[in-house]
Amino acid sequence: MTLWLTIIAAGLITFAIRLSFILLWGRVDIPLWLQRSLRFVPPAVLTAIIFPELFLPSGSLNLSLGNARLIAGILAGLVAWRTRNIILTILVGMGVLLLLQSI
Amino acid sequence: MFAPRTEFLYGVRDELPILVGVIPFGLIYGVLALSSGIAPTPAQAMSSIVFAGSAQFTTTQLVGHGTPALVIVLTAAIVNLRHALYSASVAPYLQELKPAWKWLLAYLLTDEAYAVSISHYRNPDNSLPGPEVAGNKHWYFLGAGLALWSTWQLSTAAGLFIGAQVPASWSLDFTLALTFIALVVPYLRDRPSLAAALAAGVTAVLTYGLPFKLGLVLAALVGILAGVWLEGSK
Repeated sequence: MTLWLTIIAAGLITFAIRLSFILLWGRVDIPLWLQRSLRFVPPAVLTAIIFPELFLPSGSLNLSLGNARLIAGILAGLVAWRTRNIILTILVGMGVLLLLQSI
Repeated sequence: MFAPRTEFLYGVRDELPILVGVIPFGLIYGVLALSSGIAPTPAQAMSSIVFAGSAQFTTTQLVGHGTPALVIVLTAAIVNLRHALYSASVAPYLQELKPAWKWLLAYLLTDEAYAVSISHYRNPDNSLPGPEVAGNKHWYFLGAGLALWSTWQLSTAAGLFIGAQVPASWSLDFTLALTFIALVVPYLRDRPSLAAALAAGVTAVLTYGLPFKLGLVLAALVGILAGVWLEGSK
């Protein structure tokens, strides 16, 4: 019973957080500096998710050439930059990773 | 402007690469939930009611350790704080929608659905974004969101029934990072955006040890500040 209440409460809070600004927008005056800062949310959040995956593959900082995920990620980044192609980026990144892991 | 059906299918299509990376997480969640003593029904229900991977993992762990319910709920809220940023970020594009749409899309607002949908709204490759051209793009958001939702439910169920079957050596989880790399690159076309990304990335690495994904929230805020600061100093 407690478990179910926990799940429902966690779900309601998660939903409230996700709904917050979607519902408030237009009803409350959102300051201009906040509106202007929003364009930086995608690059900031995406990079904040990506970097630990590349630099901390096993939980600690690894800047060596033996870090297959870092090498694969950098090459995938180059492919993304040149081609803007998501599928190609994933194929090259996974190909490099699996290749390096098999050596 | 595309028809609703076309937008929906584009949303599903663009979410597909991400799903490859999500399936292993769903499987692991299912296995972890069982081993923490959560029965299959509530474990599956958590995937539909909470519908947030990292919060579900922490909840499962805390339940396994007999943590008080209030602490678990607060922890889930902290882990999901970053969604407030997503909410603010997509809000301008959803203003013309009926309340039912807003509520539905808010429920589907995960990391993975946000990443592709905001790119579709902003379309960073042509610099003509803006709420006025949102058109039928909420159907794209719905397609991406529902594709992720069904995959999450099914992979949870699979994890509960068959256990983790995908060998870790396949490294399928890495496809998630690769998709995000492909999505972030088009944003890095001016110095403030580049600074926002770099500052956020470095902060995320430095603060990785913080509990409850607080490092991610902190990194996002530092990145946004760096971008705003550089833009203002021009």
